Amino acid sequence: MEHPDPASNIAAFRQTLAALTNQVDALAVQVAQLSPVPVTETAGHGSFFVTGLTVLVLACFVGYYVVWRVTPALHSPLMAVTNAVSSVIIVGALVAAGPAGLDFSKVLGFLAVILASVNIFGGFLVTQRMLSMFKKKGK
Amino acid sequence: METLSALLYLVASICFIMALRGLSSPETSRQGNIYGMVGMTIAILTTLASPIVQSYWMIVLGIAIGGAIGYVVAKKIEMTALPQLVAAFHSLVGLAAVFVALAAFYSPEAYGIGLPGAIAKGSLVEMALGTAVGAITFTGSIVAFAKLQGLVTGKPLVFPMQHPLNAALGVLTVILIGWLVQSNADAALWLIVAVSLALGFLLILPIGGADMPVVISMLNSYSGWAACGIGFTLQNNLLIITGALVGSSGAILSYIMCKGMNRSIFNVILGGFGGEAAGAAAGAKGPQGSVKAGSAEDAAYIMKNAQSVIVVPGYGMAVAQAQHALREMADSLKHEGVDVKYAIHPVAGRMPGHMNVLLAEANVPYDEVFELEDINRDFGTADVAFVIGANDVTNPAAKTDPSSAIYGMPILDVEKAKTVFFIKRGMAAGYAGVENELFFRPNTMMLFGDAKKVTEEVVKAMEA
Repeated sequence: MEHPDPASNIAAFRQTLAALTNQVDALAVQVAQLSPVPVTETAGHGSFFVTGLTVLVLACFVGYYVVWRVTPALHSPLMAVTNAVSSVIIVGALVAAGPAGLDFSKVLGFLAVILASVNIFGGFLVTQRMLSMFKKKGK
Repeated sequence: METLSALLYLVASICFIMALRGLSSPETSRQGNIYGMVGMTIAILTTLASPIVQSYWMIVLGIAIGGAIGYVVAKKIEMTALPQLVAAFHSLVGLAAVFVALAAFYSPEAYGIGLPGAIAKGSLVEMALGTAVGAITFTGSIVAFAKLQGLVTGKPLVFPMQHPLNAALGVLTVILIGWLVQSNADAALWLIVAVSLALGFLLILPIGGADMPVVISMLNSYSGWAACGIGFTLQNNLLIITGALVGSSGAILSYIMCKGMNRSIFNVILGGFGGEAAGAAAGAKGPQGSVKAGSAEDAAYIMKNAQSVIVVPGYGMAVAQAQHALREMADSLKHEGVDVKYAIHPVAGRMPGHMNVLLAEANVPYDEVFELEDINRDFGTADVAFVIGANDVTNPAAKTDPSSAIYGMPILDVEKAKTVFFIKRGMAAGYAGVENELFFRPNTMMLFGDAKKVTEEVVKAMEA
């Protein structure tokens, strides 16, 4: 067996190294291009689900304790005010009605804004009317 | 910017919690309502300031139209019509939830949940659930509204295969959600809307008028869960928190109402209570005897000479709008040195706390109005129980007769008072279809007629 020339050996090694480096770079670019899209979209959503669920469960507990403390005499105002407050769904409607231009979503958003506004104004006002009637003796 | 708006949404959430917290006593309640309004304002302004909102004219127009309608309705509404109003408002929340979910489906990029036709699967599930609950709330509330307003009969509408049909529609909804997640097809979402609309309609139809307190509370709860579902789609904690508050509030109220009737929530939802079957059965075996009918003068004389009178108002008082006349009567009695109190059964009226609001409207001080647990033992020492427009909630059969439809229901012990007056239009059985043996007791006197007219006559007789 003939020993290969050490110089050409080193040259060949360098070539391979360069090729490998290029490949790694190319792969890195590919990874950089690929990864954010699916990773943030699926994992980002997944992690919001857990956060949202945490918030939901804790809020249910808060709701439970707060609502049990509501005096039965004020159960009607409670319904009216929760009804007004649940119209916070208007937040979603505003996002739909917000963008420039006009499309189907925007029309839906517009309608939802109207519906939610009826509730917000009507709900808080009727609650206020009810509450203003509750008076103590001798007043 | 995103952090700031998230923090502002948190402030709004706290405001909403404070709004409910304020209702623990009438003194703090008005302040609570202001918290609620502040919270809503913060929520709306924060959203408007976000970069996604580019054009404002449509939003301003929408708020102006909706706000004007809401303002006028809330100003004009009679307090007796409150249950209908609340039902109508619930339907609007439900429909708004459907619209928002559809908007998110057609413009997912605005909500950051994907691209049209390629929406994240989790978001599709949440969207579908929000849509379904919203649609059920919408039609369910419309039926409840129609029943409360008297547009359709308050009697339970029962037909064969009702429950299997509802169950099938429920299963179909789940299948459709699966299809939507798989295919991202808009047909699936529209079908979910259609099936849920039908389901909401069918679910409330078999439930009778006097079960409306439970139904309204339940729909209140649903509207909260719909907001919650949309909150997940929008990845917005404010909506989730608020939805959960409203959802649990409605659920607790439903529970309290069911307990007030000693019935399970399933029993109420399945409906048909107080229908023909119960009526016929009770009519056959009801206690019979002689009824003593009195005049307004008799009642005035007895009450004037009493030491203490407990008034028991029911739905009949609301129908006749007798609360103002009732308060006049109480004023005259107090003038004579008689102690007057009011006893409220948890399910009196057509919505939780209905009677309290009507009495408050008539300027009855709220510290004269008591809940069942707080006043029940006072009937033993009371000279007169004045029952106006209530029936089943006073029926002792609930304690003594295990075969009765209302057995186990907590009742007001009016029979322990020395004299019991019943203001009723006639001898008809109550909503539960159960005869009330109290009518035939020697210490009971019936005052037949319209609740308002009879009370006014009593007032006149007292002044004479």
